Amino acid sequence: MAKGLGRKALPWLFLAPMLALIALSWIAPLFLTVYLGFTDLSIKNFLAFIRNFFTEKVHITIDNFRRVFMGGDPYISEVFKVTLLYVGSVLLINAGYSLLLSISIAYLVRNEILSMILRVSWLIPRITPGIIYALIWNWFIDPKYGLLNPMLSAIGVPKAWLPSSWLLDKPYSQILMIVVNGYIGASFGMIVYTAAIKSIPPDLINAALVDGASDFQVARNVIIPLLKWPMLFVTAWQTLSLLASYDVILMIWGSGGGGGYAGIARAAGVMVWSLYSYSKAFSEYMYGYASAISLVLVVIGIVLIIVYFKLFGFRRLMEPSRVEV
Amino acid sequence: MARAKGSLRRRFLRAKLAAVIKYLVVVVVAVVPLFPIWSMIAWLLIQSFSGRVILGLIPSSLTINNWRFLWSPIKMGLKEYPNIWPITFNTLLLALGVSGLVVLVSTMSGYALSRMEFRGRTALMEFIIALHAFPSVILLIALFVILNKLGLYGKGYMTLLGIVLIKAGLEIPMASWIIKGFFDSIPWDLEWAALVDGCSRWRAWRSVIVPLVLPGIGAISIFSFLAGWSEFLLVFTYVKDEAYYTLPVLIYHMIGEFKFIDWGMLAALGLFFTIPTLIFFSTSQKLLLRIYVGGVKR
Repeated sequence: MAKGLGRKALPWLFLAPMLALIALSWIAPLFLTVYLGFTDLSIKNFLAFIRNFFTEKVHITIDNFRRVFMGGDPYISEVFKVTLLYVGSVLLINAGYSLLLSISIAYLVRNEILSMILRVSWLIPRITPGIIYALIWNWFIDPKYGLLNPMLSAIGVPKAWLPSSWLLDKPYSQILMIVVNGYIGASFGMIVYTAAIKSIPPDLINAALVDGASDFQVARNVIIPLLKWPMLFVTAWQTLSLLASYDVILMIWGSGGGGGYAGIARAAGVMVWSLYSYSKAFSEYMYGYASAISLVLVVIGIVLIIVYFKLFGFRRLMEPSRVEV
Repeated sequence: MARAKGSLRRRFLRAKLAAVIKYLVVVVVAVVPLFPIWSMIAWLLIQSFSGRVILGLIPSSLTINNWRFLWSPIKMGLKEYPNIWPITFNTLLLALGVSGLVVLVSTMSGYALSRMEFRGRTALMEFIIALHAFPSVILLIALFVILNKLGLYGKGYMTLLGIVLIKAGLEIPMASWIIKGFFDSIPWDLEWAALVDGCSRWRAWRSVIVPLVLPGIGAISIFSFLAGWSEFLLVFTYVKDEAYYTLPVLIYHMIGEFKFIDWGMLAALGLFFTIPTLIFFSTSQKLLLRIYVGGVKR
């Protein structure tokens, strides 16, 4: 009897530390975010709230959501537009451009060593620690010392078109935001697609080649149709990660702008939804309102994850690069 | 006959043209966009050892003055930055803490997920994958409240301890998943043999299975070490006392101050910080790439 009980308890004994840490880092903050979103927690009543979660100084309210959705915050529509631009454009790079990239690297380049060098090079932005990525970009775009403006001049872009500051001049800063994040995301798509292309049975491609198809025809008519699921996976997965990612923007604009990231990001037009939530909390200390803003993302996130499971099923989420022939 | 020859030649030319276009596509799509990235890496290496550089890449003189932060305090006007070594120590502490905790916890849970039957096993695995998809950075505000509630905010090393716990918690779902994969690849029979010979489950785990998943454990520990080493947001948000900064946060603050006057030192500092990453990647790239494929969100 005791032994049977032991056998039942043993797995949970092994799992307990993980579950405890998950509770601390995921579950508790998740529920707390929901709660905070309905409060007016700010720097004024924060200490009272820490002392007692149910203090009278913190009021339950739906004002936060009125501000988000009913135009109570005039800046929120700007944030929405920037987010749309950011997610849409970077997604185009991550899911679309990386497809071209992996067809080039994994199919058109037959030389293994060359293909390897290219693959590793494209991984550099992902592997580089975030702050170093921010540092080297800050140098690269520096109008005086950096290489971006000379490079652009060299390929014939007139001097008058080049901004005096890539960080601050508006359309340029937004282009920079897209490119900088695009480089990181491109390798995600590349990894998934490359694995998928490698798993296509060679017979299929050889048959087409023997029948006289060119490499481009093979790419268009054989490879791309087979990558339908991986493409859908990359698009779906990246939508959620992009919606919530702001660390690179915070690091580049925050460090390069010198001083408060919030003001710089606003001026440069790179204030995306998740960064807005972060800055409301940690530079304006409006914890309740900030939670409400990120609660929108939490809800989107949960809905998307449910959609992923319905759409892909468990197995496909695990092996996104599986190809069904 | 002549016509056949002509068409053969035409076909040969067309094939050649196709090959040229093919390589043109490769160069435009996959090589040209790498020039900025390559030049940035080259700059980091060159600038850190040279005085003035022309166009960022052509050094004019060799110097180790850029590395002076290693032996003398960094000053900017009247402001003196914290000494680099305690900051490096903090960073190391954070990285080791995260990696130790992640390894310990995820080998246990990975083993249970791979080998044990219990109710809710599938549901738990689905839950772990869902967590992996869920963007943790939007929980920072609530985590800030929790840190305050636990009394770990603004308490020096205790704050860093809180960050270790949080960071480990964020890394653990994926790490458990990866370790589970390694356990899955070990044949059941091996464990059976140990159990039949009278080992307890614990003993079998410790002396038969763990040695076999050592590569997996190595990969997890390196991966989570690097994740802790380069963690920025948590420390930036929760640590306000300069003495308890980690290197990424110090670099963040220094970029803004020094970007107009001393790129050399910034590059040297950046390279100094990247050393562990470089070491780990040059020694165990295959293992790490395998993990990076699944382990990183974007």
